[in-house]
Amino acid sequence: MRKITISLLTAAAALTVSATSHAADKVLTVYTYESFTAEWGPGPKVKEAFEKSCGCEVNFVGVEDGVALLNRLKLEGEETKADIVLGLDTGLIADAKATGLFAPADVDTSAVSVPGGFSDEVFVPYDYGHFAVVYDTEAMQNPPKSMQELVDGDASQKIVIEDPRTSTPGLGLLLWVKSIYGDKAGEAWSKLKDRVLTVTPGWSEAYGMFTNGEAPMVLSYTTSPAYHMIAEDTDRYQAASFSEGHYIQIEVAGRTKTSENPELAKRFLSFMVSPAFQDIIPETNWMFPAAKTSAPLADAFDKLVHPENTFLMSAEEVSANRKAWVDEWLAAMGTR
Amino acid sequence: MAKAAGRSFNADIAAGTLALCGIAGFVLAAIFPLLRIGSSGLTEVIFSARTLYILQFTLWQAFLSTALSILCAIPVASALARRPQFPGRIWIVRLMAAPMGLPALVGAFGILAVWGRQGILNDGLNALGFERPISIYGLSGILVAHVFFNWPLAARLILAGLERLPPQYWRLSVSLGMGSWQIFRFVEWPAILRLLPGIAGLIFMLCATSFTLVLLLGGGPASTTLEVAIYQALKFDFDPPLAVALSLLQVGLMGLLLAALSLMPSAQEDRALTQMGYRRYDGAGLSMRLLDGVFILALVVFCASPLVAVAAKGVSASIVDLTARPLFWRAAGTSALIAGSAALISVFLAYCLSVARFTLGENKAGYARLLSALMSGAGSLILVVPPVVLATGWFLVLRGRGESLPIILVTIINALMALPFAIRVLEPAIVSHRLRVERLAQSLGILGLARLRIVDWPVLRKPLAMGWAFAAALSLGDLGAVALFGGNQIVTLPWLMYSSLGSYRSDDAAAIAFLLAIICLTLAIAGAPRGTQEKAI
Repeated sequence: MRKITISLLTAAAALTVSATSHAADKVLTVYTYESFTAEWGPGPKVKEAFEKSCGCEVNFVGVEDGVALLNRLKLEGEETKADIVLGLDTGLIADAKATGLFAPADVDTSAVSVPGGFSDEVFVPYDYGHFAVVYDTEAMQNPPKSMQELVDGDASQKIVIEDPRTSTPGLGLLLWVKSIYGDKAGEAWSKLKDRVLTVTPGWSEAYGMFTNGEAPMVLSYTTSPAYHMIAEDTDRYQAASFSEGHYIQIEVAGRTKTSENPELAKRFLSFMVSPAFQDIIPETNWMFPAAKTSAPLADAFDKLVHPENTFLMSAEEVSANRKAWVDEWLAAMGTR
Repeated sequence: MAKAAGRSFNADIAAGTLALCGIAGFVLAAIFPLLRIGSSGLTEVIFSARTLYILQFTLWQAFLSTALSILCAIPVASALARRPQFPGRIWIVRLMAAPMGLPALVGAFGILAVWGRQGILNDGLNALGFERPISIYGLSGILVAHVFFNWPLAARLILAGLERLPPQYWRLSVSLGMGSWQIFRFVEWPAILRLLPGIAGLIFMLCATSFTLVLLLGGGPASTTLEVAIYQALKFDFDPPLAVALSLLQVGLMGLLLAALSLMPSAQEDRALTQMGYRRYDGAGLSMRLLDGVFILALVVFCASPLVAVAAKGVSASIVDLTARPLFWRAAGTSALIAGSAALISVFLAYCLSVARFTLGENKAGYARLLSALMSGAGSLILVVPPVVLATGWFLVLRGRGESLPIILVTIINALMALPFAIRVLEPAIVSHRLRVERLAQSLGILGLARLRIVDWPVLRKPLAMGWAFAAALSLGDLGAVALFGGNQIVTLPWLMYSSLGSYRSDDAAAIAFLLAIICLTLAIAGAPRGTQEKAI
C-alpha cells in the first residue's frame, strides 16, 4: 500500500515539474490570478502571442485573486521569481508600491485610455470594468435606476453582495457607496441592509446564487452581460445603469525590480498595451480593453452600460481609510 | 514472554509518540515564520468588543448546530441499529457518509435549491397559497446547513458504536422481557452516552470553524465566525501574527471545551470474547416500526433532497463536454491522488495514536496520562488550526524550494484535517478489539506481523476501510489548502469547480459538483462494504 502511495506521489511530482521544464533561452515568469491562466482565460492565448516574437518562454504562476497576488509577493519579498505581476487593481497599488519590489514601468503607455484617466509610473493598466448591479430580467421588470433607488427601493426585491472583508468586488461596492454618500454612507447601508439577501465571501458564490435564481440582483460588473450575450446567446441578465455613476475597477500590471530579465519584462508591458494583447482581453477576461484593439469589439459590448460618471478613489485614500470604512459597514449591517 | 510483551507495548507507544511529534512539529514549523512578520493591530483586535462578539456568535451557533445534529441523530441511529436488515438499509448507511465529502459551497447550493427563496419548499408553500417566501437566511440557515452536514455524520458514528455492542446484550435483554424503550434506556443510551463526548466535540469543532456556510447562509456580517476573522487577518489585512493569535485563541477555546467534554464518562468498552452475528429481537410491533420508519425517512429526505437537487442540476448541464476535456481528467487524477494518499496518512496516524493511547491507558503513571491526553488533544485540535495559516506558514518555510513540494504539503494538510474523523472511526474499534484479544494473543505468543495479519486485520479491516473512506471524502471536497498554492500547479476538482464558477461557467461548475457527489457516494460504498452483516447472520 505504501509503495503505491510513494510511486503515485513521485508520478505527481514528475507531472508538476515537467509542466515547467521546457527548454527555452529565457523564461518570463508572470504572476497573475488563476482565472487569467485558466484554459478558457486570456493566459494561453497571451502566452502564444508573446512567445511568437520574444524568443522566450512565458511561465504563468496563478494564485487565487489580486489580493492573494500581493500577499504572495509580500511573503516572497526579494526572493520572488516574478518578472511581471499582472492582476492587481487600483485599490491595491499603494500597498504594492510599499513593498518596494516594483520598478518604474519605463514603457510608452500613450495608447492607454481608461475612464477617469488613470495613469501611473509603475503600473500599466490592461483592462477595466465598472462595478454594477446585474439583474435578472425574468425576475425584475423595473430595476433601480440609481444607487438612491437601490437603497430606498422595495426591500423584498433582494440583492446578493460580496463581503468587503474578503473580496475585491465587496470592497468595490463599499467604495462606490462611500463615493456617493460620503459621511452618510453608514445611513445608506443601514437602509440597504434589509434588501441584502446575504453577503458572500467572494464573487463566485454571489454570482452562482444569482444565476441559480435565488435573488434577482447581484453586485457584479457592467461587462457581465457580455458573457451571457456572447457565450450563452441570451439577453436575460443585464446591468442596471445608475444615474450617480459607477465605481471603476482598473486592472494593472507592473515589473519587479528583482527581475533578471528587465528588458524582456519591459517588452511584455509594451506588448500588453498593444492590439495583439488587447484583442484577447474582452472575450476571455470579460472586461473592457484598456487600449486600442485591432478590430471593433463584438456588438454585445456596445449594448453594455457605459457610465457617464466614473468614481475612482486614490489608492492612498483607500489604503488609509479601508479599516475605518469596513468598521462603519459592519456597524451599519448590524454587527457590534 | 514477558519480555516480548514489553517490547510490543513500547513499539505502540513509540509509534504514537512519533505521530504526535510529527503533528506538533508540522504546526509549529508553520507558526514561527509567520510570527516574524510585523503586526499592526494585534492587541487592539484581540481584545476588542468585536472579537468578543464574533466569539460569542461562533460558540453559540456551533453549540446549537451540535445539539440539533446529535438530538436528531440518536433516534435515527437507534432505529437503524434495531433493524439490521431491510431492503435499502445499506444505501441509507452509505448516504449518511455522502454529505461530508461535498465542498461546503456545493452543499449550500443544494440546500438553497430545497430551502431557498426559489427552492422546492417555497414552491410548495406557494402552491398551497402562501404568499411570502419563508427565508432561512440568518441563524436558521446556518443551522439547516450544519445539520445537513452533521446529522448523518453523528448518526453514522453512533450507529457504528451500537453495532459494536456485544450481541449477547440483545438476546439477554429480550429474555429479560425488555421492550424497545427499556433496551434504549438500559443498553443503548449508556453506550451512546460514552460516544457523545467524542462525537459532540468533533461536530462542535466543525461548526465553530465553518466559513463558507456561515457567510453564505448567515444573511450578513452579523453572522461571522472566528475563522472569517482569521482569513481576513491573513488575507486582506496581511497581518500574519494576528492570524496566528486568533488561531491560538480558537485552538485554546476548543481545547478547553474538549477538556470539559473529557470529564464526561469516557468510552470504556465492554470485554466480550466472541463477536457473533448481529441480530435484534425487539421492536417488532407496528407502532415501533412506524416510529423508526418516520425517523429514518426524515433523515433520508433531509439529506438526500439537496443531493438530488445538485444531481438534477449537474445532469442537465454539459457533463459530456466536461468529461471530454483533458483538464478535467487531470483534475480528477490529482484529486484522487491527494485524497487517496491523505486518507492513507490520516488512517495511519489515527492507528498509531489510537494504539498508543490504548497501551498508555493500562499505565496509571502521571507521564502516561499526560502523554495520552496530549495525543488525544493533538488528534482533535488539529481540526481547528486553520489550513490557510498552515499553508501560509509552510509557504514561508519552503519559499521557492522544490516545485513538487506544494502537492505534498496539500496532502499532509488534508491528512491532518481528516485525522479527527479517522480517529473517531478507528479508536473505538481498536479499543474494543484490543480488549477482546489482547491477553489471548499475548498468551498465545502471536506478535508482530503475524498478529497484525491473523488477529488484527480481519477485525479492523472494516473500520480501517470506513476511516479511509471518511478521510478520503473529506479531503476530496477540500479547497482551502489548495487555494493558497493552487493555480496551474495543482488543479483539483473543487478547484476546477470554483475556477469555472469564477469565470461565469456555472454549468461546468454544476456538472463538477454532481460528479463530486457521485465520487463521495462511491467512497461511502467503500466505507460501508456490503457483506459483513449478512455473512454474520
